Amino acid sequence: MQLTSHKFKSHVSKALVDAQLQKALGNVEKGFIDKRAKAAGALPEFESLRDNAKAIKDHTLANLDLYLETYEARVTAAGGTVHWAETAADARNIVLDICKRRGARTVTKGKSMITEEIGLNDFLSQHDIEPVETDLGEYIIQLRGEHPSHIIAPAVHLNKDQVEGDFRRVHTHLPEFRDLTEPTALLSEAREVLRQRYFEADVGITGANFLVAETGSSVIVTNEGNGDLTQTLGKVHVVVASIEKIVPTLEDTSQILRVLARSATGQDMSVYTTFSTGPKRPDDPDGPEEYHVILLDNGRSSMLGTEYQDMLRCIRCGACMNHCPVYHAVGGHAYGSVYPGPMGAVLTPSLNGIDKAGHLPNASTFCGRCEAVCPMRIPLPKMMRHWREQEFEKHLSARASRYGLGLWAFFARRPKLYRAAVSLAMPLLSRLAGKRHRLGALPLAGGWTDHRDLPAPEGPTFMQQYRKHQASHRP
Amino acid sequence: MTGAQETNGSPPHVGLFVTCLVDLFRPSVGFASLKLLENAGCKVDVPNAQTCCGQPAYNSGDRKDTRAIAEQVIEAFEAFDYVVAPSGSCASMLRKHYPGLFDGDPKWQARAQSFAAKCHELVSFLTDVMGVSSVDARLEASVTYHDSCSGLRELGVKAQPRALLASMNGIQLKEMGDSEVCCGFGGTFCVKYPDISNHIVGKKTANIEAAETDLLLAGDMGCLMNMAGKLRRQGAATEVRHVAEVLAGLTDTPPIAGRAK
Repeated sequence: MQLTSHKFKSHVSKALVDAQLQKALGNVEKGFIDKRAKAAGALPEFESLRDNAKAIKDHTLANLDLYLETYEARVTAAGGTVHWAETAADARNIVLDICKRRGARTVTKGKSMITEEIGLNDFLSQHDIEPVETDLGEYIIQLRGEHPSHIIAPAVHLNKDQVEGDFRRVHTHLPEFRDLTEPTALLSEAREVLRQRYFEADVGITGANFLVAETGSSVIVTNEGNGDLTQTLGKVHVVVASIEKIVPTLEDTSQILRVLARSATGQDMSVYTTFSTGPKRPDDPDGPEEYHVILLDNGRSSMLGTEYQDMLRCIRCGACMNHCPVYHAVGGHAYGSVYPGPMGAVLTPSLNGIDKAGHLPNASTFCGRCEAVCPMRIPLPKMMRHWREQEFEKHLSARASRYGLGLWAFFARRPKLYRAAVSLAMPLLSRLAGKRHRLGALPLAGGWTDHRDLPAPEGPTFMQQYRKHQASHRP
Repeated sequence: MTGAQETNGSPPHVGLFVTCLVDLFRPSVGFASLKLLENAGCKVDVPNAQTCCGQPAYNSGDRKDTRAIAEQVIEAFEAFDYVVAPSGSCASMLRKHYPGLFDGDPKWQARAQSFAAKCHELVSFLTDVMGVSSVDARLEASVTYHDSCSGLRELGVKAQPRALLASMNGIQLKEMGDSEVCCGFGGTFCVKYPDISNHIVGKKTANIEAAETDLLLAGDMGCLMNMAGKLRRQGAATEVRHVAEVLAGLTDTPPIAGRAK
């Protein structure tokens, strides 16, 4: 998708007055948080599982080359093929080559953020190959020509009546009396349409939640079973995954699985956890004839060894955005990036450059709730602050705020001068406010007073009063 | 007051880090802090050479100025037994964030680390370090308490203010919904992204009003000014004070941003 993070502020203005969106975001705020809290609370070892999960990924990232090579060898031994893609364009072309070689006209897709990252759907369409999203949320936003607004709940910005409207618009075979008011009715309607598409598809494309070095398996977790059909019914299964999805062993996978669904949806486990290893073997009753894994770098290897390496622990559970007050206010599309919320605020500048995504790490109150719930204990606020430092050093931040900050810092570093200035200013401001003890407007303070009153200073500063008090009480 | 403890027979010497917002906007909180600390048996001094903890620069990516300010604070305060601030966010800056500013400078980092270990947020210092379990103050009011983010998540301030409030006469504590959710202040965030900040504080004030209390309390002036400013703009009935004012029994001053009417 086209990165539009530089338009963050105008996206925000629209999002805040979008009644439908605000209604949908209310569901995020209520649903996900309570469910995660309940699931985490029900498991006494949850906190130590988080420590384990973090340790597994830290170890993997420290030895990433080793595990990637092992993984490739195991995939090959199982009869599959690994393709290395340095850039998004490389990955797209590899997919296209596979599709062309098999004469594919349609491909089914399981939910995959990596294929969003590389813009695969548009690319395939341009080459006359029709991508069919099979996850309900992805299916809905494909009908609408939109992008996901959340990494695990792509259509979370929509309400069910909007979806009903889309179905009636596109599924023209639907009789008017067909009741689509319940989400389950929408799901079975989508399933009915998709069933045929699975059989027509030549190639099934999925992402991966994990790539297991020990066995050469790719793992997907889903709740609808669409991923299984996508990867077993096509003649070819293509996995598109980024390099940091590697975990060393099956045991490691199961450790991280225990925190993944609990953090994401509050489930103990997702409904389906599917391990795929190689293509169909001679004795297997079904399965794809070919099994390909495209390993995408797209900037990730350059994060290794930097202050952003911890971000590569991310398992895409979405807990950070589910708990983010800014995400709750503006929704995922406002970020203008494939990856919204706190994880996106760190990852997007890493993948696309801080000059193009500067708003994202700035649009955080640093409330710390994302880090508090991140199953992989990724220090998200700290890394957002690192981005702000890079911005500051490169003189990318707004001139007015740099000037204001510089002026403030000049005084803050000179206590005597500071003291003199505030001893004059505060009593003045206090008198200006008078007996109401607040100011409704103040020059240069519109950012504050447009929305709220400014509490007035009580009068002289604490230090003025304290020194006076001390002087009069000196023995 | 109970549970005051002494260091080596003499009262612990506390440096009060007033914080810029208390110094400039709410001196009452500084005097309330003095009173609470002295009642707990501390000898308190307020060094002149304090301006701010450096968070505005730190969170704007200006590491050089932040470090210069941190050095200034450490020099002014490192001789004390303890450094106490009536703010979770400023105390956390001193305690959790200062040492990291000196990466690659072992000498200053060691100084920052031993300094950081002495730094505390006011209310948790009273309960957890000084062993205070009750305060001798009285207020006939229902109150609700907002958990400010840094204090809550970086320093674990949650039960301490509630325990001391519960020890007071006359006070009735009623929890609001989502008391742990950010108020939208976020330092410079509230003026860099005013519309988002406004949206978030609007949800917060809705929860505050739904609690139907006389007073809103919290331990951080930034959050308090944000919530008070919004409540007054909306014409709400809830008045706003720093928790230290109430615990110290110093509530003769007008509330933050003035009376509701």
